[in-house]
Amino acid sequence: MSSQPSLVHARGLTKRYANGFTAVDGVDFDVRPGKAFGFLGPNGAGKTSTMRMIACSSPVTEGTLSVIGMDPRTQAREIKAKLGVVPQIDNLDTELSVRENLEMYARYFDIPREVASKRTDELLEFVQLDERAKDRVEPLSGGMKRRLTIARALINDPDLVILDEPTTGLDPQARHLLWERLYQLKRRGATLIITTHYMDEAEQLCDHLVVMDKAKIVAEGSPRQLIDDHATREVLELRFTDATRAALNGKLDGLADRIEELPDRHLLYTDNGEHTLEQVNQRQIPIESALVRRASMEDVFLRLTGRSLVE
Amino acid sequence: MTTLAASGHVWQRNWLVYKRLWYRSLAFGFLQPVLFLTAMGIGIGALLSTDDLTAFGGVPYIDWLGPGLLSAMAMQTATFESTYPIMNKIMWGRNYEAMLSTPLGVRSIVIGELAWMAFRIGSLAAIFLMVLTAFGITRSPLAILAVPVAMLIGTSFAACLVAFTATQKNDVGFSAIFRFVVNPLFLFSGTFFPLTQLPDALQAIAWATPLFHGVQLVRGLVLSDLNLAAAPLHLAYLLVMLGVGVVLADRNLRRRMAG
Repeated sequence: MSSQPSLVHARGLTKRYANGFTAVDGVDFDVRPGKAFGFLGPNGAGKTSTMRMIACSSPVTEGTLSVIGMDPRTQAREIKAKLGVVPQIDNLDTELSVRENLEMYARYFDIPREVASKRTDELLEFVQLDERAKDRVEPLSGGMKRRLTIARALINDPDLVILDEPTTGLDPQARHLLWERLYQLKRRGATLIITTHYMDEAEQLCDHLVVMDKAKIVAEGSPRQLIDDHATREVLELRFTDATRAALNGKLDGLADRIEELPDRHLLYTDNGEHTLEQVNQRQIPIESALVRRASMEDVFLRLTGRSLVE
Repeated sequence: MTTLAASGHVWQRNWLVYKRLWYRSLAFGFLQPVLFLTAMGIGIGALLSTDDLTAFGGVPYIDWLGPGLLSAMAMQTATFESTYPIMNKIMWGRNYEAMLSTPLGVRSIVIGELAWMAFRIGSLAAIFLMVLTAFGITRSPLAILAVPVAMLIGTSFAACLVAFTATQKNDVGFSAIFRFVVNPLFLFSGTFFPLTQLPDALQAIAWATPLFHGVQLVRGLVLSDLNLAAAPLHLAYLLVMLGVGVVLADRNLRRRMAG
């Protein structure tokens, strides 16, 4: 671990709701400045509850949490002044225009009008909405609304930006544009915390990842490191006809480090996919289709939890 | 940032939305008393015997009715403003969630919203009072004090209703509020007829409800016959209601938003 002070420091962090449900169960993590930190996990894993505690919008039940060196229990207001929050569900002010959304939000931070106006110009340009400045929010596309929400989260020049599932529900083009903007933000030195259940998003954006499942952290590291630790270099995906599948009983044994049997296909974890495919052919098992690919976060998640990320 | 400055931002947000359509709201605020006074005061009032006006304190029915309607308007505006729009900001539009991600706190939101409603009701009450004056109903310059009293009536109701709204998961409860709280108060608070017309038991109940006290104050100020012995009691009732409402609204909204 580096000796750099962490921007968010959590030890034994726990969130239990009034109905007794434990959403976050004693997690430890540290977010380093200037990095993009990701929480990866399926719906209900505890990602959003963790984010809400960091954002001081939900009280910590147990454990230690410090955000930007402050205690959310006693210094929520001071912490919020230095945070940018992009919530899972858009909460833009639909009664105001695009520009007014940013300027009014700046007022909530007590940012002087002239500064707010200048920053609004810059941010609208940054998220490529400068031509829509006077429009109402409602007619904007999903991707535009998300970009506006991101611009709004940056209005106070935050030390830490929290993004809860930033691209959920967006079409591929809008997602790529958003990723590109977030990447630019990262290059400017911003610290990001991102939750996602998309492995490609986690791999694209995050320097450091924690994988959450059932309220706990099940693995932690850089995307590459997690793949190295929990998966092989390559994966051979095989599909068989139902008849072949039924008659397989153990014919694939010993061909790979590990074999995962999914409802529609088999995943063979191996360092050389082509070579393993040859071996399968040598055993004269009829294949419907075969695909060799690099191992991804999806495989890591499957390995760690026995389940897919997006179900 | 002080709570007061923060409340100012909440107020300002509402102003930003309102100022685009202010004339509509004010035109409606003008039209409504004119229609009511014409229909009820002149229409119905003309049917009442002019020989015996003692029940109305010796003034024509329209004069007696006008201040009552002003008070009821304050309650009704407050009721509307603190149900659907507040619910929208809690759960449909999620405005409060967005605000609470900034240094704004729940207390600033509650105070800012109530200050906003006070402003809205105050401006409507001022228009109402102008209409009353045009109808020749106001008796003294002190009638101007009916405006702050209307603001007090409005915010007392608003604070309690914001506290209620903060506990609601959908808008079903609102129709119950309109039917079983607002409408009976509108009808039985000495707005349209003197409470002495009611059986004793009902009179006692009416005495215990808030709008009655507001009506007494506004009517006394407008007609310049305020009962100085009872006035502090009426005022105290509304102030206590406001205080309790603010505490509950703050508590309930805090719980709701942390949930």
